[in-house]
Amino acid sequence: MFKKLTLSIATALGLTAGAAFAAGGGGEVTDYDFSFEGPFGTYDQMQLQRGLQVYTEICSACHGLKFVSIRTLGDEGGPDLPDDQVEAYAEFWEVFDPAIDDFRVATPNDKFPESGLENAPDLSLMAKARAGFHGPYGSGLNQLFKGMGGAEYIASLLTGYTGSEKEEAGVILYENTAYGGYLAMAPVLYGDDVEYADGSPTDIESVAQDVAAFLMWTAEPKMMARKQTGFIAVMFLTVLSVLLYLTNKRLWAPIKARAKGEPAE
Amino acid sequence: MSGIPHDHYEPKSGFEKWMNRRLPVIGLMYDTIMIPTPKNLNWMWIWGIVLTFCLALQIITGVVLVMHYTPHVDMAFASVEHIMRDVRGGAMLRYLHQNGASLFFVAVYAHIFRGLYYGSYKAPREVTWIIGMLIYLLMMGTAFMGYVLPWGQMSFHGTAVITGLFGAVPFVGEALQTWLLGASAVGQPALNRFFSLHYLLPFVMAGLVIVHIWAFHTTGNNNPTGVEVRRTSKEEAERDTLPFWPYFVIKDLFALGIIMAVFFAIVGFMPNYLGHPDNYIEANPLATPAHIVPEWYFLPFYAILRAFDGEVWLVIAVDFITAGIVDAKFFGVLAMFGAIVVMALAPWLDTSSVRSGRYRPMFKIWFWVLVVDFFILMWVGAMPAEGIYPYIALVASTYWFAYFLVILPLLGVIEKPLPQPATIEDDFNAKVAKSKGGKAAAPVATPAE
Repeated sequence: MFKKLTLSIATALGLTAGAAFAAGGGGEVTDYDFSFEGPFGTYDQMQLQRGLQVYTEICSACHGLKFVSIRTLGDEGGPDLPDDQVEAYAEFWEVFDPAIDDFRVATPNDKFPESGLENAPDLSLMAKARAGFHGPYGSGLNQLFKGMGGAEYIASLLTGYTGSEKEEAGVILYENTAYGGYLAMAPVLYGDDVEYADGSPTDIESVAQDVAAFLMWTAEPKMMARKQTGFIAVMFLTVLSVLLYLTNKRLWAPIKARAKGEPAE
Repeated sequence: MSGIPHDHYEPKSGFEKWMNRRLPVIGLMYDTIMIPTPKNLNWMWIWGIVLTFCLALQIITGVVLVMHYTPHVDMAFASVEHIMRDVRGGAMLRYLHQNGASLFFVAVYAHIFRGLYYGSYKAPREVTWIIGMLIYLLMMGTAFMGYVLPWGQMSFHGTAVITGLFGAVPFVGEALQTWLLGASAVGQPALNRFFSLHYLLPFVMAGLVIVHIWAFHTTGNNNPTGVEVRRTSKEEAERDTLPFWPYFVIKDLFALGIIMAVFFAIVGFMPNYLGHPDNYIEANPLATPAHIVPEWYFLPFYAILRAFDGEVWLVIAVDFITAGIVDAKFFGVLAMFGAIVVMALAPWLDTSSVRSGRYRPMFKIWFWVLVVDFFILMWVGAMPAEGIYPYIALVASTYWFAYFLVILPLLGVIEKPLPQPATIEDDFNAKVAKSKGGKAAAPVATPAE
């Protein structure tokens, strides 16, 4: 019965998500390969650093990362910049300090500034918030059944502009295949928009994936530690379960022997 | 505590005797843990331990999370991010708590359906069943209020929808909703009181869990045959039972170990799959998500709520008869709570004298249809209320009520039950003999003696 129940739960959840997505419409999302996918996937430190550069030079013109502390750029399992680079990077930003009621140069202990443009959403958590993709019926389970999540959506959005525009209530909207319609954000990538120090390719697709990976990290900075903890816990619990299984078997052996009419022990 | 004859606690050491004269707490613990338990319990009897574990896990992780959380509309979302980013081990704690709720509901549904199949609700265990239903209701209330605390988009707009249900109550609805929210809309007062209650209710649940255990320790456990333990003498009782410790504690811990391994795989590798991505967007009263869905564990009852809309003839009839007092919206609310009430009334709706579904050939079929029905409701609850879905929801909801209100009472009259084993011992011996055949084909490694 236990088996039957778990099976039916799995089927029901499968139905829910599968059908939910089918009904959702939304846009087309490309299943890019990211290094952090799967239970053993890790962030590519160099890619996160490239993504940081793309964010800094392009995205940050309008968007913010108000939940991310600049110091975490030096954290293990992230871009892992050396301390002096983190300090130097912090000076790039100006933040508002209520204590002096004025703007001042940021330090690593400050957070990234908020979005500069009023209707540009904060990007700190965007990779998790868009995990179900755009569209009204996006559920978290999409990640399981489609094998992709918010990072794929972000990269697809950045590469998904068709070039078609329309004006609505005085606002110019741009058609995007990942969004599945027209949106207010203008295309930002045209190819060779940044210059990487490590000589990595700077075509639209590569740059979009780099910044998507970086935003996955800003949304889930502890992912690598979490996966490691999960793996250790699963290993430990498996061993514990085997030991408990053997204990249980031995404990019940004399009881079962007696039930079969055999002499106990 | 138990009516089954067994050895009682005898204080041995000087300290135990001293203590026992003043506060017999060691004896209480001894008698609880050594309770005679039917030998033949199967793997569906492990969910009690899993549920106890879940409650403890949620309370412990919850108490620590509260140390870092701020119940303020401007700071709640940021304080959760603070937990996820700056608190040592905070991300793990929060994911354990978040997914712990899902595990809690998986276990409670398995536990409830086990009770429904094996007739655990029947006399003399009605009180155990009713207390269990109260715990389940509290679980739903607590989970709902907990979901509000991160103050994301789904938190906010989900609260607006659910508290709006109370607004459907005739005459006093609006006042009731305002009273619940502490304001005319979801805002700071609602967040504060939900936080307070989310902290309080788990302890009420813990109290009820003790009463739940007390009740079934008084009647003795049910078992897969539904046949009662022989109670005429201690010798006879001992042939039907084994003490809970160590036989069932170890067995339950083994099952818990496996379930925990799966749980930690989910927490470690896919902690956000069961939640809604929109809740990672801070609450914005001005931007309503296109599709507000409750968490998966509420979906079956959410489907029932939506199933009875203004186009169902029954709803129209009731609306007409009550002169509009029970309108479609209020009917839906009544149906949702009614779905749980009819389940709670199962002990009195089931007329069969046979307890276990194992010996009820017709009941078995209807029961499994109910299980499938439950999953259909869960699925359709996640679908938009358009096209074919409302019809599916209506049929599935109707079956839910028909099962408890029509099928259970009728089956007891028309069904011819199969013969039951005379004793639990017979069933246990037969089960062991049968498993021997399976073992010959696939030998299982045994520890060296």
